[in-house]
Amino acid sequence: MSAVKQEKEPLFSSKNVKLLTSPLNMSNPITVQVLGICSALAVTAKMKPAFVMAISVIAVTALANFIISLMRNGIPPRIRIIVQLVVIALLVIVVDQFLKAFVYDVSKQLSVFVGLIITNCILMGRLEAFAMSNKPWPSLLDGLGNGFGYGMILLLVGFVRELFGSGTVWGFHVIPQSFYELGYKNNGFMILPPMALILIGIIIWIQRARNPQLIED
Amino acid sequence: MKFLRDFLDKQKPHFVKGGRFEKLHSTFDAFETFLFVPDKTTHSGAHIRDAIDMKRTMIIVVIALIFPLIFGIWNVGYQHYLSQGMAYDFWPMFGFGLLKVLPVIVVSYVVGLGIEFAFAQSRHHEVNEGFLVSGMLIPMVMPPDVPLWMVALATAFAVIIGKEVFGGTGMNILNPALTARAFLFFAYPSEMSGDKVWIAEKADAFSGATPLGHLMVNESDKIPSAWDMFLGVIPGSIGETSTLAIALGALVLIITGIGSFRIMLSVVLGGLSMGWLFNLWGANAYMDIPAYYHLIMGGFAFGAVYMATDPVSAAQTARGKIFYGFLIGMIAVLIRVFNPAYPEGMMLSILLMNVFAPLIDHYVVQSNIKKRLRRAKVKVAVKS
Repeated sequence: MSAVKQEKEPLFSSKNVKLLTSPLNMSNPITVQVLGICSALAVTAKMKPAFVMAISVIAVTALANFIISLMRNGIPPRIRIIVQLVVIALLVIVVDQFLKAFVYDVSKQLSVFVGLIITNCILMGRLEAFAMSNKPWPSLLDGLGNGFGYGMILLLVGFVRELFGSGTVWGFHVIPQSFYELGYKNNGFMILPPMALILIGIIIWIQRARNPQLIED
Repeated sequence: MKFLRDFLDKQKPHFVKGGRFEKLHSTFDAFETFLFVPDKTTHSGAHIRDAIDMKRTMIIVVIALIFPLIFGIWNVGYQHYLSQGMAYDFWPMFGFGLLKVLPVIVVSYVVGLGIEFAFAQSRHHEVNEGFLVSGMLIPMVMPPDVPLWMVALATAFAVIIGKEVFGGTGMNILNPALTARAFLFFAYPSEMSGDKVWIAEKADAFSGATPLGHLMVNESDKIPSAWDMFLGVIPGSIGETSTLAIALGALVLIITGIGSFRIMLSVVLGGLSMGWLFNLWGANAYMDIPAYYHLIMGGFAFGAVYMATDPVSAAQTARGKIFYGFLIGMIAVLIRVFNPAYPEGMMLSILLMNVFAPLIDHYVVQSNIKKRLRRAKVKVAVKS
């Protein structure tokens, strides 16, 4: 055993900060890894449910990553998936109950999609790829980062869809009445899930056009 | 002609590499090849040498579109004055129709070509001619009273999302004109369906429902006579009403070999056989209407001749075209009769089969390969 004490890494070393920020752009879970698309299509017709969904996913990814990382040395590799699922399911149920208790109307709108966070690919992806082989603190940051990356896209898509689909932002009318009198109409296609897919596609297009290294063959 | 050629030759140095307007090269190229046959020839590979190129192909389709367009312009005016209870001569009706239709055509071309030029410029490729046809098709599948900003929005959507994201002309999986229509259909249903939109500036008391609209609410006694529907003196989208005019266009397409007669024929057969099947079933009044009514109502004929035959989004193999067309006809009639939310099924069925066209081609090619392999094996077996 060497007597040299390993130097302690600072909490927000550049490596750790990168865990937090890179999912916002260069390894965004939705636009680059193309995970968690289904819920992104389903809950983004309005900004409010999109926001609540984003918060829920952030909480679950961060905590699941943290807990699994704490347990990573004790989990037998052959049953690791089921252990991960149990942890995710536990957290999702807590989140679901929390939403039902405090924001019941939004919880109604999100309906089954809160429960479906369990199947959100971002979660399993991060647990398998990161939390199983990293320490708790970086895992927590990684979970937070990926949650933020997911939430950012959700809010962006939700903003565009609500603005053009219902003429509102966060439930407030922003498109003035005079526009409607001139013949402007809300775009019903924006409310439908295919438009969310097209919007995400456009975001991916813009991102890859700006970062050519993301373009794969 | 000479002075035009001289003028172009004089301007050319500015647009080639290193010239003053190098960036606008593709714009110049587009205008030059639009006016004169280009002197470029293909250098590599084995090709069939033919005088026809994409510009001539597209122009012939536009020529074939003139019949339904002229009729449609007249019909817009005719329906308007009919709803007002006034009788006019040919020219006032045509003039009114022109006032309604021309702005739609101009908007469609300006927006669509503007985007095409912008993309060609930024991606450094030639401006493709595909939009010459799409730009004409888009106004013809719109209701006469459609707001112009909606046309602009739908055209932009069709060109960018329907075409350019896949790589431009020749790469799109969906027919751009139908993409534009589908966009409006789902985005602004109140402007694209119902019984208010099919007659321009309709008098309120007059029923403006299309034959399909009548059938949808089980008013099969109210639909016009078959002869009227064949001639096209019925309310509907601008270019789709006259089966006669469309048939003339189809003739042009088939004689010149531009449009596939296999697809047209099999769409018609598919629609007829589904109609007959419903006749046998006969569960309600809609199922009991004569099968050939389906061909002359709504956009069936227009879709069969101009939309389903789109050489890019249709099936490519000869046998595949027959399956593709037949299914379009069948699904169109199926949607019409069964789905109360969509009175017209032609647009949706063509878009659906556009998506399936590559799959159909794949199986046709595979079965051909298998057949030939079997033949080869049998020969070997006989020899040994």
